[in-house]
Amino acid sequence: MNNDKILDLKKKAVDIRLGAIEAVYNGKSGHPGGALSAADVIACLYFSELNVNPKKPKDPNRDRFVLSKGHSCPALYTAMAMRGFFDLKEIKSFRKLGSLTQGHPDMKTIPGIDMSAGSLGQGFSTACGMALAGKLNGKDYRTYVMIGDGESQEGQIWEATMFAAHYKLDNLCLIIDNNGLQIDGKVKDVMNTMPYPSKFKAFGWNVISIDGHNIEEILDAFEKARAAKGKPTVIVAKTVKGKGVSFMENQAGWHGKAPNEEQYNQAKSELEQYKATL
Amino acid sequence: MADKIATREAYGNALAEFGAQYNDIVVLDADLAEATKTCVFKKKFPERFFDCGIAENNMFGVAAGLAASGKIPFASTFAMFAAGRSFDQVRNSIGYPHLNVKICATHGGVSVGEDGATHQCCEDMALMRTIPGMVVMNPSDAVEARCAVEAAIKYDGPVYIRFGRLPVAVINDNEDYKFEIGKGVKLADGTDVTIVANGLMVEQALIAREILRAEGISASVINIHTIKPLDTQLLIAEAQQTGAIVTTEEHNVLGGLGGAVAEALSEVCPVPVVRHGVPDQFGKSGAGKDLLEYFGLNANGIVEKVKVALKLKKMR
Repeated sequence: MNNDKILDLKKKAVDIRLGAIEAVYNGKSGHPGGALSAADVIACLYFSELNVNPKKPKDPNRDRFVLSKGHSCPALYTAMAMRGFFDLKEIKSFRKLGSLTQGHPDMKTIPGIDMSAGSLGQGFSTACGMALAGKLNGKDYRTYVMIGDGESQEGQIWEATMFAAHYKLDNLCLIIDNNGLQIDGKVKDVMNTMPYPSKFKAFGWNVISIDGHNIEEILDAFEKARAAKGKPTVIVAKTVKGKGVSFMENQAGWHGKAPNEEQYNQAKSELEQYKATL
Repeated sequence: MADKIATREAYGNALAEFGAQYNDIVVLDADLAEATKTCVFKKKFPERFFDCGIAENNMFGVAAGLAASGKIPFASTFAMFAAGRSFDQVRNSIGYPHLNVKICATHGGVSVGEDGATHQCCEDMALMRTIPGMVVMNPSDAVEARCAVEAAIKYDGPVYIRFGRLPVAVINDNEDYKFEIGKGVKLADGTDVTIVANGLMVEQALIAREILRAEGISASVINIHTIKPLDTQLLIAEAQQTGAIVTTEEHNVLGGLGGAVAEALSEVCPVPVVRHGVPDQFGKSGAGKDLLEYFGLNANGIVEKVKVALKLKKMR
């Protein structure tokens, strides 16, 4: 694999984390933990995997991405802005009245967001619809959707899991941001949803388990998912909630809390220092 | 008068009819194709029919994704599960992004019959009309049901249509009949009171008008097949002309047609509005037509409410 590309994606992931922190700090509200855990996968999607063009956000042949765990949108917004869908300064008005960057993704305000999401469990089903439409329309685009591990407690997740396998949606790739934490604590303590591999295999899916912070593994998983025919693929991405900011890592308390000025400065400095070492 | 036909039958036939013309129509069902009559479409276009199994929430999400990709999805199940169980999915995945999904729910109201309260949705109009941008319709017969389907196809945006299980008389099979989303249909003119109806109560409203006429009371009858957007203009004109309104619907008296009409008129042209419909209680098992009688959802029930409205009008 091309080392320059991997290095670039690593840097992009740090920039996405910086943007997410910037958004949540300025918005004085939002969800940093899940945005930081999802940042590497989102970097690989927007800067490698997705066939999208910011100048043609409605292109019927584009790949689709649905952030079903919509609360992680600070990472999505930053990646999309960096990719050229809108001006990066918009993330500073995150969650403010009149802002483009709504508290959860809104396809009506930002062209390029493929689905409004946020009510957990729903985005996955909409991605199934997009994948099915691709098959019906004879298009070869792919549809990606990211859910959280807490989110997979929603019954609708398993309805969609059945649906995608039943209709052999091999143009669909599900990513589980498996950071192991949710608002009330550890997923395994609140309501265990694991193990994913055996569950998804039993539902008829192609399963790939990876370290969700390892760029090579993420890119490799996308490639394998593309090659899998006749069944949908799930990438179980083991991640760390709050990844990249020492005091946020593995802390359920940082699921939905904005940093104060001191915490913001520390988070920023840690991320910038890490970026300098790359 | 032609034979009685259930509006769900007309729905299934309309899907099959328009499916030939509109290749983007796809139909989803949740294991109820025989009951919702989407089976008629399924038989003709099996490659465009997708059974989602007994998983309505996923079905409405899939419909949203199909619509976001240029398809015209019709998603069907019973009204209870479409508007009730899947309210969040309909609101957030379809309503909020204003996607072109047609939610066609059958088995609305108590005329569902034997299945009883769990399957008799009398809240769907109330739930659906609180979703911004949602078009909400309740056609009165087979002719109107077909027109509603055609209009829904031509309209770009989310639509909820309720269809019934019970065969009902065909009342709109005349050459002058025109259907437009959001436009009420004036069926009869009168001077003393206006009966505002939708769904299967439109036929009863016409019968009530005859009973009233024999008693020397002159009633207008209007059919509000679309409760959202509401034809406020027609309602105001009627309120000004007759000065008393009786609404009648096969729905809880809270939040449906009666609620919509009362809200609209109280702000611009306050006249007595008396609501006739399912009282604020659950249904029960029985034959559909027996349940309609049990709840007074008939011409005599309307006549009683008209008398109340006329008294209130006099007191003003």
